[in-house]
Parts: sequence; C-alpha cells; structure tokens
Amino acid sequence: MTDNRFKGTDTYIATEDLMMAVNAGVTLERPILVKGEPGTGKTMLAEEVAAALGMPLFEWHIKSTTKAQQGLYEYDAVARLRDSQLGEDRVHDIANYILKGSLWQAFESEQQPVLLIDEIDKADIEFPNDLLRELDRMEFTVFETGETIHARHRPVIIITSNNEKELPDAFLRRCFFHYIRFPDEDTMQRIVDVHYPGLKKNLLREALAAFFKVREMPGLKKKPSTSELLDWIKLLLAEDIPPEALRAEDNRKAIPPLYGALLKNEQDVHLFEQLVFMNRGGRQ
Amino acid sequence: MLTRFFYMLREGGMRTSVTELLTLLGAMKQGLAGTSVDDFYYLSRSCLVKDETQFDRYDKIFAAHFRGIEDAFRSLIADVPEDWIRQLGTLDLTDEERAEIESLGGFDEIMKALEERLAEQDERHEGGNKWIGTAGTSPFGVGGFNPEGVRIGKQQGGGSRRGVKVWEQREYRNLDDSVELGTRNIKLALRKLRRFAREGAADQLDLPDTIRSTARNAGYLDIKMVPERHNAIKVLLCLDVGGSMDDHVRVCEELFSAASSEFKHLEYFYFHNFVYESLWKDNRRRHSERIPVQEIVHKYGPDYKLVFVGDATMSPYEIVYPGGSVEHWNEEPGAAWIQRLLNHFPKSIWLNPEPEQRWPHTPSVKITREIMEERMFPLTVRGLDEGIKRLR
Repeated sequence: MTDNRFKGTDTYIATEDLMMAVNAGVTLERPILVKGEPGTGKTMLAEEVAAALGMPLFEWHIKSTTKAQQGLYEYDAVARLRDSQLGEDRVHDIANYILKGSLWQAFESEQQPVLLIDEIDKADIEFPNDLLRELDRMEFTVFETGETIHARHRPVIIITSNNEKELPDAFLRRCFFHYIRFPDEDTMQRIVDVHYPGLKKNLLREALAAFFKVREMPGLKKKPSTSELLDWIKLLLAEDIPPEALRAEDNRKAIPPLYGALLKNEQDVHLFEQLVFMNRGGRQ
Repeated sequence: MLTRFFYMLREGGMRTSVTELLTLLGAMKQGLAGTSVDDFYYLSRSCLVKDETQFDRYDKIFAAHFRGIEDAFRSLIADVPEDWIRQLGTLDLTDEERAEIESLGGFDEIMKALEERLAEQDERHEGGNKWIGTAGTSPFGVGGFNPEGVRIGKQQGGGSRRGVKVWEQREYRNLDDSVELGTRNIKLALRKLRRFAREGAADQLDLPDTIRSTARNAGYLDIKMVPERHNAIKVLLCLDVGGSMDDHVRVCEELFSAASSEFKHLEYFYFHNFVYESLWKDNRRRHSERIPVQEIVHKYGPDYKLVFVGDATMSPYEIVYPGGSVEHWNEEPGAAWIQRLLNHFPKSIWLNPEPEQRWPHTPSVKITREIMEERMFPLTVRGLDEGIKRLR
C-alpha cells in the first residue's frame, strides 16, 4: 500500500499537491476531502486512484435526501410486512430485509477498496456528523440484528464537495484536504494531451489561447472549466475547424466557433458577444 | 517540533487543532514529506487547512515562519475587493458606474493610479517580499491588484513550478473570506443564509416514518413526530441609503438581491444615517410615504429578525440628541427609536460595510455598537456568517 504511490495516470494529470494529499490519505488511512470548481475532475479522481492503485471502487452518490444510514444499510420494513401477510418463511429472519449500503459493501471487500462519497455537500448539514464514527473506526452496528460490521481493510475514502454547504469542523479535522485549483496553461496542455493525444499542435495552442481568453473575461457568471474545454475540443475536431479560425486577431471572426460548448448561460453568451463586438468596434 | 509554527497559525486566526498537528507529525514520521520543502508545504497544508479560503492566510504564515518574519501578521487583515479593479479594467461600464468612478476622481485618474500601482507591485515583487501588504487606505489598495500581481510572480516555461516558492505565489488570495462580498462571494453568503433558514423547532406528524414504524410494528399504529422544518424565517431589513453609503451601494444591492430571493418573509425599509420615528419603502417618495416605527413594531412580530445595514458613520449628535437628524427635526433622539425596535425584536444585528479596522476611529460607530450591544459585524462573508449565528 505504502509503496504504491499515486502519481496520476495515463488519462489523469495530477498536480504535485494533489498527489501529496492522496498519498497522505492512503498512507495514514484517512479520508481525503476534495473541493474545487465544478468540472475540474473531482469525481474522476476516485476512479483514477482506484485504477492506478489497482483497487476496486465503490461509489456513493449523495443527493439532498440522502441519509447517512443509507450508506450503511436499509431495513426494508414494507417488504417484511408484505411477506408476513403472504405467510412467507423468510419473514422470521430480520436479516433477510437488511439491504447493504455502499459503505458496508466497501467494508466487506476482499482487498482494500476505494470508496467515493460524491458531493457530500448536497446532503443535510448533519450528514457528515452522522458518519464520524463510521469513518473513524471503520465499523458500525446493525441495530436490527445486533451485528457489528468491521472493515476488513480500511478503504481509501475520497469525498468530494462543491462547497454548497460548510462541513462541520469535527468532520474536517479527520480528513486530508485538497482544493483542486483551476489548472494553469501548462497543466492544461498536459491534460488535453492525455485526452486527445494526436491533436495538431497549432490547433491545441489556438484553442487553449481562446479558452483562457474567455475565462479571463470579467463578469462571466459561470466560467468554462476543464471538462467544458475538453468537450469543446472534441467538437472542434468533429467539425474539423481549422486552427486559423480560432485566432482572435481576425476581426471578422472574433467569436470562437462553437462557443456554446464553453458558455452555459445565456447571460454569459450575451455579455460575451457584446464584449467581442465592442472590441471589434474599438479596433476599426 | 513545529509547535511554534502551530501556535503562529492559531495566533494568525486559523482554527488548526491538535489532532491535525498530530496527523501531520504522523504523516511526516511515515516519510511523506521527506524529499523537499515543497512536499512539506503541500503535506502540511493538506493536513492543517480544511478551507480554501484560508489558504492565503496559511501561505502568509508559512512564509513568515520559515523566514522568521513575525510582523507579517499585521497584513493578515486583507483589504480590497478585487472585483472593483477587474470592473475598472473593462471598458464596458454603465452610466451609473461611470458616475461612481467620476465621484472618485475621474476615470483617467484612476487608470493612471492603477498603472502606477502596478509598477509599484512589480518593484515590490522583485524585492521579494510582496506578501507584506502595504497600507490599505485607498479605495483599491496595492495588494489587491492581484490578477496582474500573480502574473508577474509566475515563472515562465518549465513544467512544474519549482524555483519560485509555491506559498509565496499566494494564488489563493482571492479566496480569502475576509474581503468584502463580491459577485462571486455573494453566492457563498447566500448559502449561509439558506442554512440558517432551515432551522427552527415545532412538532408535526412525520407521515413516512409513521408508516415505516407501523409496518415495523407488525401493523400496530406507531405515531412518529418530527420537528418542523422552518423554511420561513422572517427578516426585516433596514438599509441606510444616501450620503456616505453611496460607496457601498453595490455590496448592499448584492446583499439585498441575495436576501430577497432567499426569504419568503422579507420586509425592507430605508433610513438615512440613523433610525428615527419613521422609515420608508420607496426612495423616490421618501418624503411623502413614510411608515412610523410604531406601526412597524405593531405590525411585525418579535419573531422577525432585524438586520440593519449601514456604515453608522455620522455625527454623534445624530444619534444621541433630539433634533440631531440632518434631514428633519426629530423630537426624540435616534438612540431612543432604535432602542424601541431592539426591545421589540430581540434578534437583531447591524451589518457595516465599512472595513472593521476603521470602526474604532469613528465615534458614531462606537455609540451604535454600544446600542447594538456589540452585535455589529462587517459586511463580509465571515462577518455575515458570524452575524447569522447571533440571529439564531
């Protein structure tokens, strides 16, 4: 485990500080909390860590209605009630109605797994607190049967958050924290490289330049992120747009083609067109 | 080991705990930070800081500790909203914004000032101590001109950023939560309001749980009660308009728009400088349509949370003397009227858009704070957060 260090993968570029956080979490067997702008690869991280370290991956996607208990197990009382009225035999054993949650499944895994708890901030404020003991001791008790479940191997836990709610201090203290910063141009180039290896050098350069220009535009409500850039490049390739078309110096075509992939908000699109228009007017 | 650093973090206002320090030491024992200072920086940040808004603060303390400069603490109180400058950088200004700029000495003047500052920033950077902010008295502040500042500090070429010390780049500066609310930060503040709107207590029947428990109980009725989700927090917002508040129009607008989309029961009133016997709801008809404070007290129950927004900057006479108002003859001093409101609404705070450092220099702020029993908070994300805690 310890010699097995995460260094990014063929399809995922990890910065040094991200590697450090992941490796620290893996070594000390503590959860890793990952925050960052949407579309910077938080959820991808868990998949890539699992792939890189050769571990099975368990995913637990959190919604606003998710309760901590659902990650452990659920007791299907209605099924049991129905069975009792039908006179089924299995009704006598309550264990037949316990449905295992993702956490339980991860605890039972034969080898050390990776457990992704995705978008923990979507749930109720109390949610992280309800998981403190389970994540700390890696065990929990099934009240219905009185059984205690221990983790065979402490899973590598990766938790993502979009910062919609603040997480409780007690919870934070138990985690390693990493904030995925928006990648700089060099890193971005490497990211695009691993996704589209055969990309023409000049197309990539022009696309990146146009992309960062859009991002630097003041007043945008939702700045385009990595995943949007990748989508955009895919579109550019599919449409076979020549790199020259991306060059902003060309006054007539100052709006990058297919910019709908980058801007996801009609106000932003509007603002963008206005600014481009003004720029053009200013130059003539 | 690292104890001094730990205490410096605490003194610098970070809520780092002993557990986290022990985790860091544990990680170091495992040899995770063995190879370089950068690795140690990343590891320690990952262990000790759990909030990206604190990264900048951490970077400063880290730099200070590992260079033995202790007085860098003074610059920890960040000062400038960056959107201000970004806004000026674009030529896409509305007429109002132009007017606002004119009132600050003219657009060209400001652009010139910005250029000078930029040059200054460059020099300071070369001097190698750019994280020590300089006096933040101007509307911009030198240290706040960050987008360019970072660019200057950035190293050209080369894959990874070795050479320039990562913590000295201060890339997380615009995430610091003690700067004033901006278009970006307002979202964060909104979420804080949402959280507090969800709390409250009352008893009501929990239908799903009752069904579940009844089923579990082999069909015998088992009634479950839960506390009610109190989504309908009631807020009474009193905003200071005109005069010295003109500088803060934007931040107030943002707060207001955030609040009005967040609360079902939001009532707002305006006042000028201080609260007297009447307030108004429409600024254009402020002299004809006024609502007496007594009426407000009778109309809205004590369960309303009262929030004043104002800079509380005026002559002390305007608060404590009858007839002190700048606009009309008031029979009773403003202090008496605000006290009536405070008596009726036990949950109340005052949000002040002026930076907290300037409060002690204004006597009227001091008086207002006394009247508010110290429940005055700066209009920043953190101030709002603290204020909301007091409103619960």
